[in-house]
Amino acid sequence: MASSVGITGYGAYVPYWRLTRAAVAAALGTGGGKGTRAVASYDEDTTTLGVEAARVALRGRADEPGTLYFSTTDPAYADKSNATVVHAALRLGRDVLAVDFGGAVRSGIGALLAAAGAAAGGAAGLVVLADTRTGLPGGQDETAGGDAASALLLGRDTPGAPVLAELLAQASATAEFLDRWRVPGASASRVWEERFGEQAYLPLAHEAFAAALKDADLTPDQLDRVIVAGTHARAVRAFAARCGARRDALAPDLTDALGNPGTAQAGLLLADALDRAEPGQTIALVVLADGATATVWRATDALPAGRPAVGVADQVAAGNDTLPYASFLTWKGFLDREPPRRPDPAAPAAPPSLRSAAWKFGFVASKCTACGDVQLPPGRVCKKCAAVDEATPVALADTPAKIATFTVDRLAYTPSPPLVGVVVDFDGGGRTDCELTDSAGDVAIGQRVEMTFRRVVTAGNGIHNYFWKARPVRFTKER
Amino acid sequence: MASTGIRDRVAIVGMGCTAFGEHWDKGVSDLLIESSTAAMTSAGVTREDIDAYWLGTMGSGTSGLTLSRALRLDNKPVTRLENFCATGSEALRNACYAVASGAYDMAMAIGVEKLKDSGFSGLVPTPVPGDGTGSDLTAPAAFSLLAPAYARRYGVDDAELKDVLARIASKNHHNGARNPRAQFRKEVSRETVCAAPLVAGALGVFDCSGVSDGSAAAIVVRAEDAHRYTDKPIYVKGLSFVAGPATGTSDPAYDYTTFPEVVASARDAYRQAGVTDPRRELALAEVHDCFTPTELVLMEDLGFADRGFGWKEVLAGTYELGGDLPVNPDGGLKAFGHPIGASGLRMMFECWLQLRHEAPPERRIASVDAGRTLALTHNLGGRPGECVSFVSVVGSEPSA
Repeated sequence: MASSVGITGYGAYVPYWRLTRAAVAAALGTGGGKGTRAVASYDEDTTTLGVEAARVALRGRADEPGTLYFSTTDPAYADKSNATVVHAALRLGRDVLAVDFGGAVRSGIGALLAAAGAAAGGAAGLVVLADTRTGLPGGQDETAGGDAASALLLGRDTPGAPVLAELLAQASATAEFLDRWRVPGASASRVWEERFGEQAYLPLAHEAFAAALKDADLTPDQLDRVIVAGTHARAVRAFAARCGARRDALAPDLTDALGNPGTAQAGLLLADALDRAEPGQTIALVVLADGATATVWRATDALPAGRPAVGVADQVAAGNDTLPYASFLTWKGFLDREPPRRPDPAAPAAPPSLRSAAWKFGFVASKCTACGDVQLPPGRVCKKCAAVDEATPVALADTPAKIATFTVDRLAYTPSPPLVGVVVDFDGGGRTDCELTDSAGDVAIGQRVEMTFRRVVTAGNGIHNYFWKARPVRFTKER
Repeated sequence: MASTGIRDRVAIVGMGCTAFGEHWDKGVSDLLIESSTAAMTSAGVTREDIDAYWLGTMGSGTSGLTLSRALRLDNKPVTRLENFCATGSEALRNACYAVASGAYDMAMAIGVEKLKDSGFSGLVPTPVPGDGTGSDLTAPAAFSLLAPAYARRYGVDDAELKDVLARIASKNHHNGARNPRAQFRKEVSRETVCAAPLVAGALGVFDCSGVSDGSAAAIVVRAEDAHRYTDKPIYVKGLSFVAGPATGTSDPAYDYTTFPEVVASARDAYRQAGVTDPRRELALAEVHDCFTPTELVLMEDLGFADRGFGWKEVLAGTYELGGDLPVNPDGGLKAFGHPIGASGLRMMFECWLQLRHEAPPERRIASVDAGRTLALTHNLGGRPGECVSFVSVVGSEPSA
């Protein structure tokens, strides 16, 4: 089945922090292993990871998706949508449908196929896959897991948004069996004995893979790249070895450096493959998650020009592996630390949050049409010329800035003291003060920063306070 | 249109001030009763004589009932107000204007705060429902931005600036050690100040004002009636209060080496009072030393030093008890403590004592003995870039 739809844009986000697996063994005398895993910072959750990945994918694009599918196994909210937070942070239009997929790792590939289906019908879709993975201290999931997000734009080939990788074929095999499971609210998953899962997965993977290749009119050895994703490491390895692909076609799974980011893994590895693929090359993605799904893609001539400014390998290389295990446990909620002798942070209130949604979620400031002054937060009265209601919105989330001054606040309430406060001046005008995050401690006046969407704090009533912070610019490559 | 002021039209004829500190055994009512009783005794009046009250408190009570209930006032007007750290001074300003207007013959301004009952470190913001996008910086962190900005602008190296700030802290502790009402009554060496644990930026524990409980009160009458109550009234020469546009934190032109709000309020107060050379005309100044770099910057904003030279004046001892212009001879917020609603009136209490030659010998200042008759109080509320500022000038002599 030749398809006219495919990936028109993509991006991935790997958080800055890494935990060395040796740090676990050093503390507990057990667990551990080699390499590192990616760790979402104390101010990140699956929603903010997803926003960052989508920002990478959407940066510099004029077109807007008609739908947004957000998928995770670790949602920040239940009952309430998280996709709407992503939607608001991306400043998408009100007519864009934003909905959550979730619960199981399998929902990630499900969201991708749903978006592909919608794209075939003419509705370009954005799929955001995000996950934060951990397990009980000392356990396998703790070190094997990883935190990351990926975003894929699916659509028809158009001059303004050409397809970068055409979807050639897809096939799935579904079966009910117990591989891994978690009761909602539990802090860790449980898994069945791994040899059982391997036996359950392999036939399903072969079935889906064969069906997809047949549809694409390809044989395994003709594939230029084969990606096998899934949280069952043994089954993933076994299928990769036996699927018939050439050895040199097997894609690195990045687990040594990042761990397995669950729902986000398929998109992350596909993004990494697209970062490296040449026009005309074929890529198979096989996802083992309570069944198996195989998709086959072909890179187009538009790929080289359509790649995001920041690639997966860049982000893998930029990680900071000095995170202490105690901080990791604290951030993951396994170490209940003494709070500062300060009041609990106040929850944002619903009506003011709605009134200022463009600012709070989209980081949209105002610019005076009378005098050109940029004002953060946006205001109805110009701070420079006092013109009333003459301002237009100006989105500053993607505008780089420079640190004008800073301070280290050892008294402020923060899950990761001390809080670093910075005053930043945006290129082209506008100043604000905010928190600096993902700093290696080398904050300096004049340092280049960019804005990042974060969960500032979670209040006692369960409301997450999302807002923007500054982070050091680590990637200077422009699209 | 102009801020013309009420120079010499009203006078303070009685004052009271509690000790500041950790009053675990006293409630808000106890503190209010103590300071108001002392003020009435000082003026030789009873509560029947007082026509109206202005109560300043940031968070230790709401409405005039906080005072009327404590004193069991008999249906008198009591206005409760709040204006950040200028709250106590605002109570005085409004009471003065009420008397000057002729609406009342006698008014009381009273301020109170019980910070220690919260159980938290430092000041705690009053939660207003919001969108959660405001600054999370604490007050010491916000004010710590002044120090490196000042050092850079005027070419002072970090170690030297640290020494300047330590001298300010040490001076105020020196003065507080000579004040039985002060929260901290021990001298603190510059070495101790510099070795203290850091709170924010370069500011250590000893760079921050004391968190305390306390209350202070003043009784105000028309100037022509003042001698009925005391031989030594303190005349109000000028009262200025401004609320800034709060644009500094979003204005790239703001460089954190000045408080434009203070400059504006000082200019206004000096004009009302007829002061042209504050450095030489004032006998003393009680300024808002919430953090040591604040006091440094205030020396320039209030006209006590030329721009960029405040740090040299500090090193020269200009603002010490025996200096040219003693600043915070009572210990300041640093050593006397800072119960928000009471602080402005506490400052006025020191002016009241010094200008009336009633300060104890160990902190008498030479400038008063040399014949200077004017004193200044100043409060700043908020943080660099977005604040309110109050400046008053008072004097022991009516204008000729």
